[in-house]
Parts: sequence; C-alpha cells; structure tokens
Amino acid sequence: MHPEATTGAGPAAQRAGTDAEHRAVAAAPGSPLIELRGVTKVYGSGSAAMHALRGIDLTIGAGEMVAVMGPSGSGKSTAMNILGCLDTPSAGSYRFRGLDVDAMSRDQRALLRRHALGFVFQGFNLLARTTALENVELPLIYHRLPAAERRGRARAALAAVGLTGWEQHTPAELSGGQQQRVAIARALVTDPDVVLADEPTGNLDSARSREIMDLLRAMNREHGITVVMITHEPDMAAYAGRIVHFLDGLVACEAAPVADSAAAHAGADTGAPAPGTGRR
Amino acid sequence: MLGNSLLLAIREIRRNVLRSFLTILGIVIGVAAVIVMVTLGQGATAQVKTQIESLGSNLLIVRPGQRMGPGMSADAARFTLADVTALRREVPSLAAVAPGTSQSMTAIVGNENWSTTVTGTDNAYLLARNWTLAAGRAFKDGELRAGKAVCIIGATVRKELFGAQNPIDQRVRLKNLSCEIVGLLQDKGQSSMGMDQDDLVLMPIRTVQRRIKGDQDVDVIYLSVRAGRSMDRTIADVERLLRERRHIGPFDEDDFSVRDMREITNMLAGTTTVLTSLLGAVASVSLLVGGIGIMNIMLVSVTERTREIGIRLAIGAREDEVLLQFLVEAVVLSSFGGLLGILLALGTSLLLAGMLGVPFILDGGIIALAFLFSAAVGIVFGWVPARRAARLDPIEALRHE
Repeated sequence: MHPEATTGAGPAAQRAGTDAEHRAVAAAPGSPLIELRGVTKVYGSGSAAMHALRGIDLTIGAGEMVAVMGPSGSGKSTAMNILGCLDTPSAGSYRFRGLDVDAMSRDQRALLRRHALGFVFQGFNLLARTTALENVELPLIYHRLPAAERRGRARAALAAVGLTGWEQHTPAELSGGQQQRVAIARALVTDPDVVLADEPTGNLDSARSREIMDLLRAMNREHGITVVMITHEPDMAAYAGRIVHFLDGLVACEAAPVADSAAAHAGADTGAPAPGTGRR
Repeated sequence: MLGNSLLLAIREIRRNVLRSFLTILGIVIGVAAVIVMVTLGQGATAQVKTQIESLGSNLLIVRPGQRMGPGMSADAARFTLADVTALRREVPSLAAVAPGTSQSMTAIVGNENWSTTVTGTDNAYLLARNWTLAAGRAFKDGELRAGKAVCIIGATVRKELFGAQNPIDQRVRLKNLSCEIVGLLQDKGQSSMGMDQDDLVLMPIRTVQRRIKGDQDVDVIYLSVRAGRSMDRTIADVERLLRERRHIGPFDEDDFSVRDMREITNMLAGTTTVLTSLLGAVASVSLLVGGIGIMNIMLVSVTERTREIGIRLAIGAREDEVLLQFLVEAVVLSSFGGLLGILLALGTSLLLAGMLGVPFILDGGIIALAFLFSAAVGIVFGWVPARRAARLDPIEALRHE
C-alpha cells in the first residue's frame, strides 16, 4: 500500500481527502495483518458484569482464510465486532496492520472499515427497495468515486459473483443465495484487505451455502483477500485454511480443517454459478 | 460530499414518493398560504390606493370649524364665494378651486323618485374631484352666473330615475324646482369607505344658494394642487390666506380645517398592510406546523432505517456523512415543499385575485423569503433526527429489526 506514509498513520493522521484517508489506514511494515493480544470485553459492571471475552490472543496473516467456530455465547460474535472495528476491547490491544485500533476515534475506525474491511452478514443486510447495483455502489459512494467509475466497478463486482443481468433487481426480487452474493459483491467492490463474514450461510440451504463458500474461497485465492468467517457448520469451516474454536470467551484450540467431502467438492469448483441458478 | 448526500437523499425520497409528498404537504400549504395572503393583501392595498387617487390624490378639502364632529362647526363662520375668488387669485399653486354647498333632496322623474345629495358648485369641481363627463356638457358661464336650473347627474341617479334611457335634456324635479339635465358623469363605483360616489346631482352654486337653501354660504371648498407643487407649502399658503380673510389673531387657533387626502390614503393603506401582515403571520404558523411534520417523519424514518444506518456505518460512513445525508434529505424535502407551495400559491392567487377583483401583484421578495424559510425549516427540524441517526451504535443498529 503506502509504506512511506507509516509515520503519519495513527490517531492524529490527516483525513482531508481520499489519499489522506488511505494514508491514515496504511500498514506498518512487517506487522501481521490482524493481531489481538489479551483482548477482553466486559458488558455491564459489578456483579452484573458479563465477560464476553476473557483474554483472546489471535494472529491472522494476510491471505489467510480462517473459520471461527464455537457455541452460542462463546464470544465469537463479540470478537468479530472487534475485528471489524465496530466495537473496542475493554482491555488488551488490537493491531490492524500494526495500527493501534484502540487509540483510533470513531471516525478513524469508520475510515479503516471503508478502506480495508468488507462485511458479509448472516441476514444479508442489503438496503430494501434498492437495486442490486445501487447496493453494491453504496460503499463506493463513500469513496467519492465519479458515478461512471462507481457503476462500472459495481457491475464488475456483480459479474464476479455471477449476477450479471440482475443489476436492477431489488433484494425482494432475489433469492437468499442471490442476496448473499450481492452482499459479497458489496464487500468485494472496494477491494478490501479483509472480509469479515458472520455466519454467511446461516440462512441458506446447503447447495446455496456451498456456492457462497466457493465465492469466498475464490476471493481469498484469486484476490488475496483475507477472509475471517464465523460458522456453526463443520462442512463450511472445512473451506477455511485454519479453524479457531471459541469457548467461554477464550480461544479453546486451533486446528487445520479435516479434509472431507465438502472441501474436496469445493476444491473442484471455483467458478461462479451462472446467473439465476440461486433463484428459488 | 454534499453531492453524494444529495444523491442519497434524492434516491431515498424517490423510494418513498407518497410518504415524501405527505411529509411536505404541511410545508406546501404553509408556503402557499403565506404567499397567497401577502399577494392578495398587496393587491388590496394597491386597489385602495388607486381608488383614493380617483378621488383626486392632490385634493385638499377646506371646511369651516376645526373638527368634523357634529355641532362642532356650528359657531364657525361659513366661507363665501369671495373666499373662493381670493383663493383662485392669490394661491398660484392651485389648479382648481371649487366651492361646494350640499343638501339632501328627493329627485323625482315621472313615477320614479330617488333620495340623493345635491351639491351646488361650478365646473372647477369636475377638475378637483377627477370627474369626467360620460355624456352632455359642463355648465355654461351664463348658467353659473345667473343661477339657472340646470344639473349634471351621477350614474346612480341616472340608473334609478331613467334606467337605460338617455337623461340628457330631460327634466328632474327637486322639491319645487324643475331642473334640466345637461350632463352625465362617468361612473366611479364605490369608494374604499363603501360610499356610492356616483349618487350625486351637481348644480350651479348660485342656483342652490338662492332657490334651494336661501343663503350665501359655501360649506366646503375643494382645492386641487397643481402637479409637482408642494402639498405642504400649498396648505400653508391656503391657511395663511384664510386666516387673514377671517381675521384670526396670531395666537388664535384656526376656525377651519384643511384636510389632505394623503392622510386618508395612508390610513387605509396602513390598515390593509396591518391586515396583510396579520394574515401572513397566521399563515406562517402553518409553516411551523409543516416543519414539525417533517421532524416527525424524519424521526420515524431514522427509527425505521436504523438497520440501513447500521449498514452505512459498517461499510465506513463517518458520523458527519450520515448526519449530512439526513440533513440534506430534510432540506431537499422541505425545499421541494417550498417550490410546490410557490406554484400552488401562484395558481391560487391568480384565481382568487380574479374572483375577488383584486389586482394580482407578484412580490418576488416574499417568494424568495418563503422558499428560504422552507429550506431553513428543513435544517432546523431535520437537525435532531439527523444527529440521532449519526450517533447510532453500528452494532446495535445492525441488530435492529
């Protein structure tokens, strides 16, 4: 990215224009992409305090595809919110490309999300009554790109997830699988460093789930985008290069995925599905 | 950034056309009401002014006695025709000096009778009071000198006594005086005070003095100031001359009054201006109500779009960008309401002006003001909802159902 600008990176960094925005979120050289050290998160206080995270250490390198698993209440969603710079740790440190996220202001974290992060949610979270194209354009509006370029990139992103021809459809006119592909296109369109996916296949049947996982893995392999995803299903976790298990607010164990049918199946097929195949 | 917010705002408004329209309806009506009130009010003011000018805008009326109240003038001496002659001779800035002495009488023609006012005067009266003749002629010098029984009648008297017939050379009976009609006045309509100006009969003053009232008095003198001459200087000249002729000591008060039509003009115009402002103020209350309507809908909209705001925050919108988006949305809505209101007001004003017979006077200032005010309403009432949206916690917002 902009290694020469590392000295300017930090809480005091300028945010006047897009270049300055990039500089503010530029990497410190030699740092891992994501580094959590002793991260805790406590909701409430006193005897009513709820310890969602009790001290997480986690390092994720650029280009990895990581699955986060664990039962409900194990703190994996809280950890994802912290990784996504939507929330801050109660204690411990979170460094993103060497930048101290804890010290950032709300607006600086917004800029970090804008330039370096992409989100895919279980519930898709597309804007209702808004066409697929406009949904994908949305992050680019905050990048202040000219309309023509914005539209071109959004079309390209939709094409990359196999939705050419569906640009003018609203979410209500799309199937769940198609909606999630629009969401992936939206995450992809800004060319982020990391895509954070919170149970991306939670609302989909197994065939659609595999299509989505294929897309995420293609993003990871072909574009070098780091993917961190939460999932309950071992089949889906098997797509990842690494699985992190959460339990009671701690990292219980890390493991390489067991090679199973899903992984084998997925490996054979990295091409995006044809338009309309996801339609119910 | 503003351009982007504008784009987002217009997309949002387009998504909710019906609701957006209902939201701005209050502003539309408010703006329209204010402009219509002011436009019609200004039309009415202009109309009053024209009507008073038709009385003769440079008209002075001189009466004996200081006040107009009943009985107050009883002890003041009347004017005489010599006073009229002196004024004509000594005050060069007067274009016309007309004596007047009036009497209420019943005019009879055949079976028709009509109660009217007979005014004894001369031809200067036509000039001083801005009358023109619709038919016939003015008095001849001989008729004036000799006090002949001739008269000029107003349009109302003609209508009541003759209907559509030509009254010229007909005779009208006033008490025991049979009078030949030589002229018909052009109608003027109602005065702004609601009096019928056309209900009058003019006669040579000597005829009225000798054959009707039996005295030598002049009740009132009408003066018309030459165009371009100072009204105040002329009034001073007239007062000085009359004080001299009536032997009023330097420390005594005038026992006559010189009244200026500008007073009446200003008074009546002032009344309509006050009424216009009052109606405008009442109408602007509806602008306020419209603003509250916008705030209400914007607050509902923020709650309803919590998830959307969460999405925007998650993909990297800054607080000020969300704030600006909602603020711009409110301002675009209210400005659009303002524009619609202006259009509605133009249509309504034209229609009402036609129906009420008031001139249509368009004031660009009030239109600009109403538009700016509607935009300001958007800023003021959009601020709270926009700030609420900007300060949402993205995690909470994303979880919102």
